[in-house]
Amino acid sequence: MKIHEYQGKELLRAEGVPVPLSRVAFSPTEARAAAADLIGQTGNEVVVVKSQIHAGGRGKGRFEEYPDLGGVKVVQGADAAMEVASRMLGSTLVTIQTGDEGKRVQRLLVEQGMDIDRELYLAITLDRATGRNTVMASTEGGMEIEEVAEAHPEKIMRETIDPAVGLQSFQARNLAYGLGLRGDSAKRMVAFLRKIAAAYDRLDCAMLEVNPLVVTKAGDVVALDAKITFDDNALYRHAEIEALRDASEEDASELEAKNYDLSFIKLDGTIGCMVNGAGLAMATMDIIKYFGAEPANFLDVGGGATAEKVTAAFKIITRDPNCKGILVNIFGGIMKCDTIALGVITAVKEVGLKVPLVVRLEGTNVELGKKLLDDSGLRVITAASLRDAASKIVELAK
Amino acid sequence: MSVLVDRNTRLVVQGITGKTGMFHAEQSLAYGTKVVAGVTPGKGGEVVLRDYGGGVPVFDTVALAAKQEGANASVIFVPPPLAADAILEAAGAGIALIICITEGIPVSDMVAVKRALVGLGSRLIGPNCPGIITPDQCRIGIMPGYIHKPGKIGVVSRSGTLTYEAVHQLTTLGLGQTTAIGIGGDPVNGTNFVDCLQLFNDDPETEGIVMIGEIGEIGGSAEEHGAAFIKEHVRKPVVGFIAGTTAPPGKRMGHAGAIISGGKGTAQAKLDALREAGVHIAETPSDIGQSMVDAIKG
Repeated sequence: MKIHEYQGKELLRAEGVPVPLSRVAFSPTEARAAAADLIGQTGNEVVVVKSQIHAGGRGKGRFEEYPDLGGVKVVQGADAAMEVASRMLGSTLVTIQTGDEGKRVQRLLVEQGMDIDRELYLAITLDRATGRNTVMASTEGGMEIEEVAEAHPEKIMRETIDPAVGLQSFQARNLAYGLGLRGDSAKRMVAFLRKIAAAYDRLDCAMLEVNPLVVTKAGDVVALDAKITFDDNALYRHAEIEALRDASEEDASELEAKNYDLSFIKLDGTIGCMVNGAGLAMATMDIIKYFGAEPANFLDVGGGATAEKVTAAFKIITRDPNCKGILVNIFGGIMKCDTIALGVITAVKEVGLKVPLVVRLEGTNVELGKKLLDDSGLRVITAASLRDAASKIVELAK
Repeated sequence: MSVLVDRNTRLVVQGITGKTGMFHAEQSLAYGTKVVAGVTPGKGGEVVLRDYGGGVPVFDTVALAAKQEGANASVIFVPPPLAADAILEAAGAGIALIICITEGIPVSDMVAVKRALVGLGSRLIGPNCPGIITPDQCRIGIMPGYIHKPGKIGVVSRSGTLTYEAVHQLTTLGLGQTTAIGIGGDPVNGTNFVDCLQLFNDDPETEGIVMIGEIGEIGGSAEEHGAAFIKEHVRKPVVGFIAGTTAPPGKRMGHAGAIISGGKGTAQAKLDALREAGVHIAETPSDIGQSMVDAIKG
């Protein structure tokens, strides 16, 4: 699960990680009040107005309605903050990560201006090779870090966190001195790194990126950005994070699927797929492409599906106007084939069937499942193998 | 011969009184597996599945099950919040082989568990896996037993249902299996491709190996490590399939995930690494069995 920058900074602040003074604003007048408040506290007229959307690349992005305006704007004074806010709010920001359709901006973060001395890069995430979390830091802050990784891999330093003891001070010192910090700044960086590593762990993050992490002219170490992704499996123990979910940032069908505990991703093709297991679902998409068509979605009904879940999955698939045929491919282990068959029959009766449907069942209770489908009187085509099923549906959907 | 489990394996089922645990304990018994005990805290003293040779005794702790029934393998069917504790309980009781079926365990729990298992002498398979089966001898997990048959092919896979697909094809084509292992699709797991390749390579009865990977959200490079091991050590025919090679990159995590896999983890990188190691790549998921038939003919 992703959250907005301002939410991430609030969480980090609560964990003792230094972040700039800032306030969220949902309207131009709120933006002016926030800016006036910040200016009053800091005595600095410079404030930054930042669009809050989940996609990255905001600084270099452009508003559809205002081609000269980027997603992040530095302004002088509260009135200027309000003027910029009035243009950003309700407008559509297009960045390299939003796709051409862009994303409507509905929230802003108004933040104090900073006297920046250096811009650094920091990220924490899981290293699958070691099964441990890793802190990565680089002197090349503010840049596209993938380009740094490509051109100058030696500029990215890493420290692996031993989960038994957490990030140690010596590791933080390795990074701080490696980043070229000295004196009080180095000490502040060590404290910053240990706090943010502890926060990563306590909040069950999957990825935490601070780009840029800045050192101010006064020598303070501050997270100027915060991009956090949480481990969905751990949300059950973080009601406070679940509460930060912004439904307007998520695909409606994907959200509905989540409510039924289905894993669904919308794609651009014509063959709707319902499969159990992520691996088999991906393999099914592969073979649809092999026969010359494109999948309309990825849908994993998971283990232990009920007839109700299958019905919900069927409704989500058939709602897609691009869907010209449906392939159900189930290999039963936990899931029994008769359960799937009953779900399909219920769904077809309830939703109706306007496109061809090919069902391929194998596994526990397969004969019972096939019999239920054959006896249902519905126009369901059964298939003997995955190859048979894929070639049939691709042909029928033409 | 087989790897890790056979007819002498004595299984304890953690979470046996739950719906899924009970269903699959019964399936395993019906398959001929020695299910010697179950564990559910608070239900010690009960006996379940009485239709099978006097039933399966339930204990409050794994330690008791190990001591009184000589259990040497455990399968875990407890809910995600309790799974890390269940794995470590089994390891603490000296269980040599722990198979965790549970899906949806928090990543940080598994990071801690993997660390805690160091030096304990237990092997963990999973989590989020279908389990392990040696045909006609021992079924541990959730796979449909009847699709397997004894033979000479070792199967290792990250996926659950895609493993069944591969095994079903092998069996239909007359190729039985020594053992099939599902290592699970989670980012942090106990046993990896290389561990299983080594086991199959060292098993004199295994004459061919099928390995099935998948493109994860941020890749990971387990398949590449497997390829390096094959190139160096394995002289038996290996068939590989990587699911998701046509999946759009779309739903990826931020920059950090991409850097950490450092160019590895893409579909093409995985396929290239495997081909270069001499692995026979199945063109579609429907060709896994036939590819092994061809590979054995040589």
